[in-house]
Amino acid sequence: MEIFSWDFALEVLPALLRGAVVTFSATIGGFLASLAVGAILCGLYRSSSRPIALIGKSLIEILRSTPLLIQVYFLFFVLPEVGLVLQPVTTGIIALGLYHGAYVAEAYRAGFDSVPRGQWDAVESLRFSRYAALRYLILPQAIIPLIPALGNTFITMLKDTPILAAITVPEMMFEANDAGSQSFRYVEPITMAAIGYLIMSAVAAGFIHLLRNHLGRFR
Amino acid sequence: MTEMITFENVCKSFGKTVILNDFNFRVMRGEKVAIIGPSGSGKSTLLRIIMALQDIDHGKVSIDGKPLWEVNHGRHLVKPTRRHLRDMRSLVGMVFQNFNLFPNLTALGNVAAAPRHVLGLSKKESEARAAALLAQVGLSEKLSNYPSTLSGGQQQRVAIARAMALEPKVMLFDEATSALDPELVGEVLGVMRDLASARDLTVLVVTHQMGVARAIADRVCFMEGGCVVEEGGPEALLSQPKNERTRAFLRAVHLA
Ligand SMILES: Nc1ncnc2c1ncn2[C@@H]1O[C@H](COP(=O)(O)OP(=O)(O)OP(=O)(O)O)[C@@H](O)[C@H]1O
Ligand SMILES: [Mg+2]
Repeated sequence: MEIFSWDFALEVLPALLRGAVVTFSATIGGFLASLAVGAILCGLYRSSSRPIALIGKSLIEILRSTPLLIQVYFLFFVLPEVGLVLQPVTTGIIALGLYHGAYVAEAYRAGFDSVPRGQWDAVESLRFSRYAALRYLILPQAIIPLIPALGNTFITMLKDTPILAAITVPEMMFEANDAGSQSFRYVEPITMAAIGYLIMSAVAAGFIHLLRNHLGRFR
Repeated sequence: MTEMITFENVCKSFGKTVILNDFNFRVMRGEKVAIIGPSGSGKSTLLRIIMALQDIDHGKVSIDGKPLWEVNHGRHLVKPTRRHLRDMRSLVGMVFQNFNLFPNLTALGNVAAAPRHVLGLSKKESEARAAALLAQVGLSEKLSNYPSTLSGGQQQRVAIARAMALEPKVMLFDEATSALDPELVGEVLGVMRDLASARDLTVLVVTHQMGVARAIADRVCFMEGGCVVEEGGPEALLSQPKNERTRAFLRAVHLA
């Protein structure tokens, strides 16, 4: 028996492609969720009210110091108990968003801190509203140092999606495992899944690079 | 003549450091005043209080007859709401030592931003106003340059145009030429002089360059220890200071 059978690889390809679509969707969904969760956590953390800031800080700490797998299981078994029955993939997206949102909140904070104090003096002296200041002046600057960190989050999240197999989300690794266990041949499905992750990471990295050059063109 | 800036019995400390100590100070409409004094004597703090970037602990500060700060031993008699501060800031413009231009906007964008997003002018109107102001400061060729591609002198001229875009009655310059290479001071000083020639504009410059004080001011104030120690016309104060502390300061400046 040859080590790598092209025939078998071709045979499991459709299942893996189905899985890749799920992996990709979960990553995009989880990433968008983490951007929102990060904004909320960062908002809490930076609140001028002490108790609210403390809540934000504690949430970030809790989310960062427990394993993703536990958070995934926790949501999967707890949400139905409180009457919230969701698709496994939706639960997975929420879990990814929460877990990575804590890191995104940190990245946002670093981005804000990278904008010099003098910019706020200028903004205030020119009478900008908070919204206009953030929208047109502060965020476009704060986002530049953020892009590598967010890009990192995206790629880490992509590589975290196999954890969702634990709650029956049929992502790429789940499909590869399934194909392997049915035929007792793991080399082809695992190798092809690896190539799948590699391609998706490379495309994401290229996109991040382009985005950085585009948004940072004023430098 | 009306009073444009009035400080009455103003006190300001940072922790234990006293910056202004029962400070009284008046500037008439259209007056050009230079403030000199040793480092840490509170010159920037004075300007930041007028720009409503810094509050006071006690006393009263009025701009154009309207109370900006009125505080009785830490209790604000005029509530410093965001709304109130924004309203009062419409009278004042400020130019900073480090320019503080928005790096993500072009020269034109920097000057047009406030007319567009604060006054609500159309894109066309705000850019027309910005282009006219940039022409005034001699930067018609640089409208689409980002700050990182401009020299220090050019950046500071953009910053002056940006502050003027909201048509303030008072312009504050905090060491506006101090971060510049000596050969670039002239072009910025020229622009400041042009501005100062407008009769109605009240101008306050903080500087440690006596040439700047001479070029702009019709009154120079020497500040130290939380008070104005001595003031007078530029020639009188800079050439024949009466107070011993003023003399000591000027000697030190000339040695430097
Ligand atoms: N926000 C602040 N918090 C605490 N201390 C401050 C603050 N701003 C200024 N100070 C202190 O107050 C003093 C006066 O500062 P200020 O910047 O007004 O002086 P200055 O006369 O402008 O000095 P320089 O010529 O060096 O610019 C300094 O000792 C400074 O360290
Ligand atoms: Mg200063």
